[in-house]
Amino acid sequence: MLKIENLHVRIAGREILKGLSLEAKPGEVHAIMGPNGAGKSTLGNVIAGRSGYEVTKGSVTFDGDDLLAMEPEARAAAGVFLAFQYPVEIPGVNNTYFLRAALNAQRKARGDTELDSMQFLKLVRERVKEMGMTPELLNRAVNEGFSGGEKKRNEVFQMAVLEPRLAILDETDSGLDIDALKQVAEGVNRLRSPERGFLVITHYQRLLDYIVPDFVHVLADGRIVESGDAKLARELEAHGYAWVRDRTPTEAHA
Amino acid sequence: MQAAAVSGLPGSGIAWLDDTRRDALRAFAAHGLPDTRNELWKYTALRALQQRAYAPRDAGAASRPVADDLLRLDGCEGPRAVFVNGAFRADLSRLDDLPGGIVLQPLSEVLRHQPEPLRFLLAARAGDEDGLTLLNRALAADGVIVRVADGVRASNPLHVVYVGTSAGSAVAWHLRDLMELGEGASLAVIEHHVGDDTSGHFANLARTITLHARARLDWTIVQRASQDATLLRRTDCVLHEDAELDFHALELGGKLARHELRVDLAGDRARFASRGAFVLGGRQHSDTEVLVTHRARDTVSDSLWRGVAGDRARGVVHGRILVQPGADGSDGCFYNKNLLLSPTAEIDTRPALEIYADEVKANHGATVGQLDDNVLFYLRSRGIPLDTARRMLVRAFCAVTLDGIQPAGLREFCETLLAEQLPEAEA
Repeated sequence: MLKIENLHVRIAGREILKGLSLEAKPGEVHAIMGPNGAGKSTLGNVIAGRSGYEVTKGSVTFDGDDLLAMEPEARAAAGVFLAFQYPVEIPGVNNTYFLRAALNAQRKARGDTELDSMQFLKLVRERVKEMGMTPELLNRAVNEGFSGGEKKRNEVFQMAVLEPRLAILDETDSGLDIDALKQVAEGVNRLRSPERGFLVITHYQRLLDYIVPDFVHVLADGRIVESGDAKLARELEAHGYAWVRDRTPTEAHA
Repeated sequence: MQAAAVSGLPGSGIAWLDDTRRDALRAFAAHGLPDTRNELWKYTALRALQQRAYAPRDAGAASRPVADDLLRLDGCEGPRAVFVNGAFRADLSRLDDLPGGIVLQPLSEVLRHQPEPLRFLLAARAGDEDGLTLLNRALAADGVIVRVADGVRASNPLHVVYVGTSAGSAVAWHLRDLMELGEGASLAVIEHHVGDDTSGHFANLARTITLHARARLDWTIVQRASQDATLLRRTDCVLHEDAELDFHALELGGKLARHELRVDLAGDRARFASRGAFVLGGRQHSDTEVLVTHRARDTVSDSLWRGVAGDRARGVVHGRILVQPGADGSDGCFYNKNLLLSPTAEIDTRPALEIYADEVKANHGATVGQLDDNVLFYLRSRGIPLDTARRMLVRAFCAVTLDGIQPAGLREFCETLLAEQLPEAEA
């Protein structure tokens, strides 16, 4: 589904990703771990299409299509979703209105019929219940005045409504207390399915206690330096990132 | 040629009217149009206007066909007064069901039959007349004269439509309006500017609004004049004790559109609130001057404006609050935020306070910014196309100014207009 080959990315002339390769299939949960500054968020942003990133080499394809040639909205319609590390507040834009516009824009782009307001409200009410969202948040402006936990939960809620095929969670655990973390993880787990892949970007292993990944990749200095299963995350927690760097210097620079 | 224009006007032959018109025309010849040395015209140049030739009237204005769709406005199904290319049109107006106590007359009829009661208005020389008001005094041939008797509270809004339609060539017209609400009277007026031609008419409107004690006027302007039109308006409002003026404006049309709104809070506890937005594209130029004078005790003014300019458009906002000696306890504020959608668009905003009284609360603030790329990316990452995302954000930016518009149907219509108006996406 997602195939990244030898990806090199620069921001403002500085190389951040230096030859990253990764493949994710439907149903798989890949955790991307790594120290600050390793390029974790860059990876998520480049896949979703944020501007300001210069791809100098390599490719990213989604179902064989060149993702990098697509506008962000086309990537979303194709099934890519990025849960933001810092969800933005949009005063004056109602949450429900925004979500309906997003879902219908995606459906239209895919050639599906758009949902009318009754159909949409029915869908949203179901998802609200499943995700344990406070229904009144729907009537507020997007993320405006939301607490940190509410914002992250809103990201997962949007994911539940938009039903992407590839969900990227960019440090969704950052700034959450343990209860909020559990709720967010439960929401994500409910969305796991054989058709849907996940990239879970995180600095800490803690989130992976609740969202158990199929694969764990360690990103350091712009490359994946180590891959393994869920056990790798726990070893990292025990030894720190320096352990990976010390262990695999040659591979890392291969 | 201008003397000829005066002699052909309705009411011509009445000595005092001829005198005042000739007097104004002479003064105009000496003054000329306002130029950018005038502080209130600093960012709005009328050079293009001077270089164009305009027909002094549209001889066919009485019979030009106007599509009903153009006149219709959601939420305005009640009484209606229609002016086409500067002339009142009884056939398009709906004034039969005006409630008792409300009198509406076109100025042209008043001038022909009994102008004497309007002498105070038409012959008055204001101290700060500029070239346009002089021109208006000399050449005004029509307008809407509305009077509401003491204590009369109109239930339906009055819809006043100014239409610019094709006349073969560009026409200039000068309209003089008067709205006077008696003590305790209340009225809602929806002023609607529309156009369906490209000949670039020039409309010069001068209005006087008088609200006597405890009167209340809800006044909404929906301005979607033709993209080639020049629309210059000056409104002088006087509010007596406990009178209230609640003003909304959505300014979308015109090549050059200007409104100079002067509000004189003359009576104790008079209140003025304004909410307005303009959205400009192409080479449109819009100028909003809100000049509030607090002249009496405990008067309140509260203004909130939003401006959006794309392409090579230019917006001008000037909000001035003047608190005169003796207007103690006054409370005035003027806030204006603006959005630039392209690097070649420009918005000049100047809030100004002048305070000569005690125990006054006064605030002002103005900003000019751009759409936040982060927010745009957030919307796009959810599947919303760039153009739609921009429209959404512009609509959200301006929505606060539409909130209080009544009736609800009109507010929804304004929201739709706003969403449609947004200039196409640019890099």
